[in-house]
Amino acid sequence: MPIENYSDITDEQFDMLREIGNIGCGNATTALSKMLDRKITMKTPKVELVEVSKFVELIGGPENPIIGILLTMSGELNGMMMFAMSQASARRLANLVLMQNSSGAEFSHMDYSALKEIGNIIMGAYMSSLASLTGMSIRSSVPQVAYDMAGAILSVPAIEFGRMGDKALLIDSSFDQADSNVDGYFVMIPELDSYNKLMSRFGM
Amino acid sequence: MSVRVGMGDYNICKAPDSIVTLGLGSCVGVVLYDKTTNTAGMLHAMLPDSTRIRNNQNRAKFVDTGLEDLLKLMDRHGVKRENLVAKMAGGAKMFAFADNTEISDIGKRNVLSAKIHLRKYGIPLIAEDTGLNYGRTIEFYTTDSRLEIRAVGKEITSI
Repeated sequence: MPIENYSDITDEQFDMLREIGNIGCGNATTALSKMLDRKITMKTPKVELVEVSKFVELIGGPENPIIGILLTMSGELNGMMMFAMSQASARRLANLVLMQNSSGAEFSHMDYSALKEIGNIIMGAYMSSLASLTGMSIRSSVPQVAYDMAGAILSVPAIEFGRMGDKALLIDSSFDQADSNVDGYFVMIPELDSYNKLMSRFGM
Repeated sequence: MSVRVGMGDYNICKAPDSIVTLGLGSCVGVVLYDKTTNTAGMLHAMLPDSTRIRNNQNRAKFVDTGLEDLLKLMDRHGVKRENLVAKMAGGAKMFAFADNTEISDIGKRNVLSAKIHLRKYGIPLIAEDTGLNYGRTIEFYTTDSRLEIRAVGKEITSI
């Protein structure tokens, strides 16, 4: 059943989204493990449909600095996807990839490149599982990274889903490697037509 | 006291209070101020134009309908339109996508839309700090008509 607003998502559709989220995060974890050549574990992700203001509060309030990695999707599925994490999580993740032990609040060019590459790999893994589950061909842009106030970073997906409602699909994921924990949030914003196309692939 | 304005929201305050919105990115923050009644209004709008969107029930989300409603609210508080001046900030390009898609220049379009509508209402825009690539927290002080701008890793400025 096509919807006109993300607030109209049915329970059945939401269960499907949650399942896609679980599978996507599982694939992202495997990809991250391979990239880092070490065992990464993942907690069961929490999938929610939330309002922007609530998401901003979840990630520490509008002025809290966060890292956002954003890419756009095109092809049979149009929209954008963001992977957002706290400054501390991004620092741990960059340190893991670059095998360094930096504790600075600022990020170097190398840190940004590493984060961009991680974004590419985990969102790519997420999208390829989405593509194979649905049989849709999905292309993604080169990801872009920004480090700024949560309100400002999240305004970008907020504006995008502001076109079709006030809620976005949020997947709260948590990766662990030894004593390093990384908490990240996937934010998926398919365009409404794409969303309806996605659901019709599952007979909904 | 400081009155807080959320994303896709507007509000007003009277002296000696200030009015603030946190973490403006591509959104635009418009302040309208009347010195004679010491009343300030602030809009934090996300999208330039309500007429191009199907789901436009939340009028404060859009520059056009948000300004219209904020002005009505100020009217009810005895503010005369001819006394109003405006200051504006925000409209950044947060992510450096190379293409000129709707996503990448939404900030610029928010700023342009605010200018068009302010002109329509005959409200002079006396200061702005818009565009570039970083987020801003803005706070307007009725006591000295100053709009303070705070950003991550930058000095505090005022316009």
